Amino acid sequence: MRPLREYVRSFLLVELLQGLRVTGRHLFKRSVTLEFPEEVAPKSPRFRGLHALRRYPNGEERCIACKLCEAVCPALAITIDSHQRADGTRRTTRYEIDLFKCIYCGFCEESCPVDSIVETRIDWHLMESREQRVIGKERLLEIGDQYEAQIAADRAADAPYR
Amino acid sequence: MAEFQSYTLNFGPQHPAAHGVLRLILEMEGETITRADPHVGLLHRGTEKLAESKPYNQSIGYMDRLDYMAMMCNEHGYVLAIEKLLGIEPPLRAQYIRVMMDEVTRILNHLLWLGTHGLDVGAMTAFLYTFREREDLIDVYEAVSGARMHAAYYRPGGVYRDLPERMPKYEPTPYRGEKELREMNRAREGSVLDFLDDFCHRFPACIDDYETLLTENRIWKQRLVDVCVVGPERAKALGFTGPMLRGSGVAWDLRKKQPYEVYDRLDFDVPVGTNGDCYDRYLVRMEELRQSTRIINQCVDWLRANPGPVRLDDPKVSPPSREEMKDDMESLIHHFKLFTEGYCTPPGEVYAAVEAPKGEFGAYIVSDGANKPYRLKIRPPCYIHLSAMDEMIRGHMLADVVTLIGSLDVVFGEVDR
Repeated sequence: MRPLREYVRSFLLVELLQGLRVTGRHLFKRSVTLEFPEEVAPKSPRFRGLHALRRYPNGEERCIACKLCEAVCPALAITIDSHQRADGTRRTTRYEIDLFKCIYCGFCEESCPVDSIVETRIDWHLMESREQRVIGKERLLEIGDQYEAQIAADRAADAPYR
Repeated sequence: MAEFQSYTLNFGPQHPAAHGVLRLILEMEGETITRADPHVGLLHRGTEKLAESKPYNQSIGYMDRLDYMAMMCNEHGYVLAIEKLLGIEPPLRAQYIRVMMDEVTRILNHLLWLGTHGLDVGAMTAFLYTFREREDLIDVYEAVSGARMHAAYYRPGGVYRDLPERMPKYEPTPYRGEKELREMNRAREGSVLDFLDDFCHRFPACIDDYETLLTENRIWKQRLVDVCVVGPERAKALGFTGPMLRGSGVAWDLRKKQPYEVYDRLDFDVPVGTNGDCYDRYLVRMEELRQSTRIINQCVDWLRANPGPVRLDDPKVSPPSREEMKDDMESLIHHFKLFTEGYCTPPGEVYAAVEAPKGEFGAYIVSDGANKPYRLKIRPPCYIHLSAMDEMIRGHMLADVVTLIGSLDVVFGEVDR
């Protein structure tokens, strides 16, 4: 009996019609695609995107050139030079991140004792030439200033877990 | 009648069905393959050598990039080896999180495999559906670790952070009405665990859809049934692991045979095939999707009921919390010490393996007592599967090469390392 039923089923294209029913059902479902540039997928506060250097509320830059991020960076993407300022504090004279070397592992942010270097949720950054892959201290601070509200909110959201 | 002579055909490395950068030199007799010679190494990055030059923890991020379809499983194998070397055991909650994320990874991997395998063989629809479900799980990855692929989430002694209490939501845009937005955010109202719970409830129906599209489909069966058969003895002799071995009828699963983490507390079945052909391997992987869903469900229940630490409270191995680090001098010293020098392991050698989606992923570490491995050897499943390619494909047609590559589920990140 079974072979006969199999034969009839096969002859009537049953499994193909069942498959078509699935695709037909999906035809009338809500589409899951997003209108990309205007609409973006939800992003987690933990997202690790483009780097930024932060400042204290009084405008003083946070980085104290302890070079922990430079030491921990697995890809050796960070280069730091430092000096002692007139007021006796240590600051960086050079803080460079090579975005081509960076693997966005987040270890720099994890290691930073003063929450200075952070990985923001900016994920579509672009460069016009190969040289722009190295971003320096000014640019990093600029990004930090521009997105400080978002950065601070993300750090606050994630603080209980760290 | 012209006389056919054998000729060689170059397949890949830029062939869309080559799953990355596989180059095959095929010796053909007409359309029949007499020898297949895989050329590997086009994606070689020297991960093993690289790991010798940096402290243990700093290589975790590179493990993601081995089998870049099973990111956290690779980390797991590596981290497990370090833990074995140090003789530490992570807190129970961390073990459950790891197991849960491993199973999420397994579903991610199998969904990608199913989609692309279908695409190679000629079924476009399943690809679109699997990638829709993958998106949800990738969102879980992002919510948990902060990266959609290369997570760098596991640490020796636990995981980096606990699971977040909130799942990121879609923002309102002019394109969506309020009702539609509410529907899109329905599963995202609660924590990551709620989101996963919701996913586990709707995912079995999705698997049914894939199966309706493929399992009984005559074209699918014509392309897969009795293609590249490997018997159980031969599969063992060739060093197969994972679905490749189970498809041949050997019930070997590291999660059952040498349970690591909390797999011995969880209830799941190991699917086994009978014929050892591509179709059976497909069926095994489909059943693994269901079993992984079951495991995730159990982990979600346990994790909801049992809050607790997710990292070992040992400042010599795992860094203190940020609050402690900022308040306490000793913690700050530990913090600096761990992020610059890392930790030293006792001299010796260990091998630890996990059941990655593709098979046994192992890390073999030789330590000379320093803060970095003296030697790291990675045992990738796909490399071993790929080396059996020649034997499996002989006597088959050219079109079966594509089926076999799909069925092997090769990823070149780990073949070439």
